[in-house]
Amino acid sequence: MPGTLIYAEVQKGEIKKAAYEITSKAKSLGGEVSAVFIGSGVAGLAPNLAKYGADKIYVVDAPDFKDYVTEAYVQAIAQVVDKVKPSVILTAASAQGRDLTPALAARLKVGSLSDVVDLNLEGGKVVAKRPIYAGKAYVMVEATGDPQIISIRPNSFTATTTAGIGAIENVAVSLDASKIKVVVRAVEVTATKEPDQTEAEIIVSGGRGMKGPENFAMLEELAHAFGPTATTGASRAAVDAGWRDHAYQVGQTGKTVSPNLYVAAGISGAIQHLAGMGTSRVIVAINKDPEAPIFTKADYGVVDDLFKVLPALTTEVKKIKG
Amino acid sequence: MNSVVCIKQVPDTETLIKIDASGTGIVTDGVKWIMNPYDEFAVEEALKQKEKAGAGSVAIVSLGLDRAIEAIRTALAMGADTGVHISDPEFYAKADPYATAAALAAAIKGLQYDAIWLGKQAVDDDASQVPAILGEMLGLPVVTMVVKFEAAGGKATVTREIEGGQAILEVPLPAIFSAQKGLNEPRYASLPGIMKAKKKPVDVKKAADLGVNQAPMTTTKSIILPPARQAGKKVEGDDAEAKARALAKALHEEAKLI
Repeated sequence: MPGTLIYAEVQKGEIKKAAYEITSKAKSLGGEVSAVFIGSGVAGLAPNLAKYGADKIYVVDAPDFKDYVTEAYVQAIAQVVDKVKPSVILTAASAQGRDLTPALAARLKVGSLSDVVDLNLEGGKVVAKRPIYAGKAYVMVEATGDPQIISIRPNSFTATTTAGIGAIENVAVSLDASKIKVVVRAVEVTATKEPDQTEAEIIVSGGRGMKGPENFAMLEELAHAFGPTATTGASRAAVDAGWRDHAYQVGQTGKTVSPNLYVAAGISGAIQHLAGMGTSRVIVAINKDPEAPIFTKADYGVVDDLFKVLPALTTEVKKIKG
Repeated sequence: MNSVVCIKQVPDTETLIKIDASGTGIVTDGVKWIMNPYDEFAVEEALKQKEKAGAGSVAIVSLGLDRAIEAIRTALAMGADTGVHISDPEFYAKADPYATAAALAAAIKGLQYDAIWLGKQAVDDDASQVPAILGEMLGLPVVTMVVKFEAAGGKATVTREIEGGQAILEVPLPAIFSAQKGLNEPRYASLPGIMKAKKKPVDVKKAADLGVNQAPMTTTKSIILPPARQAGKKVEGDDAEAKARALAKALHEEAKLI
């Protein structure tokens, strides 16, 4: 297969895990794997990408890229694309990736595919599998332009280290400032180390059965006990009641997630919610109502009072973790 | 303040999806059609901005089948002024985000706007691409995932949702914005609103009338359903604590997740 270029996103001073997953997958498909990452004062991160299989790493490091601005990043990547001439460009379908990828594709006058969960080669072209209707169905689809541009949902592939040593090249890009109309006034990011719901390996989610915002601390404690790859989520009912911010919402009008473990506490399991978390590897449901639809999808169902089960579970998890 | 809002008619989020005989589409019999939920935030924001400014217009543009007129009428009933319905079954059947954006761009060119609004994604194909492509085609800046919007002096100050927080941006108008949940509370159409909407002008056009023949940039091979998930085991125990213990044990020893 001809060359792949990966856009590796930098967040909080680190290359995101999703970039390593994509790099490993691209390596397994064959062909030369290049990666580019962008930021200000980030050049030292390059060797990490080599470890996961990037043959060539392009670094765009300049003060202009301190904050993410779609247009500036599009211009930078387009210049690297012009140099590398890849036939496939892969990005992560993170919040930034979902903003950047279609803009980059439009600049290159090709289509793109978002939020892809699997890739296969058919006759030298990538055919992608992506969820539609929030995961109620999947479409097998090919981007017909050249290059093919695809954003990949985090956690879709496993990051594997290899012995390769990627060559690192710094790229000086020239920006057309007249096209950069958006000015970033402030960026407010919570200090939490919790992963985003779309990238977490474990999600502890609460619904109407949580009865109020104050009880979500119980979910946070359980997530904390599971460790740094765990975070919390919420059903639409809990978000619409104002108990949790929309950023936590899992389901058709929230985030579609696919963790290794999804714990649904006090969530009845509306079709929109089930669509958003149905591909989780293991689902645990805790609910007083034995008839709750969530139990039809759960690998482990606990019919009991969540206010008793959650603290006890937290204690047990802590014990096992030692 | 003049706004254009692009909307899409989609299956209700309650819909149980079934694959049709062609293997590349879904069964539409019995499906209830609604305005894409994120587009409701877009319509609401355009109406709010017009009301705040005390002057202006809100034009709705939609590409779809004949039935998409219902979504347009809903937006008009909420208070929008005019509609453009690109009603073209042949074009729509093949339209991916790129072709859709081309059709919307062509329809928008004849309209007046300071802001163009869309939902952050349509909950059918979940592509989340049209705002960006539209921006490129119209040569306008795009801000996606907007949760707060204020316009003054020919520019907008907007808050957009980013991973783990938010960013506050400034952008000159005209510009394109995609609406995220949290931006506002969409109003319901009132009965007088629904009556008035019936008389509001809707321009019905084919893609060819707009000079659009953009071919799609993606090819759908097939649509498949995910493997059905079976109910697993009930965790047994004398009380909540015993069940929690049994669950933790199962997650540790069977599922190997702890």
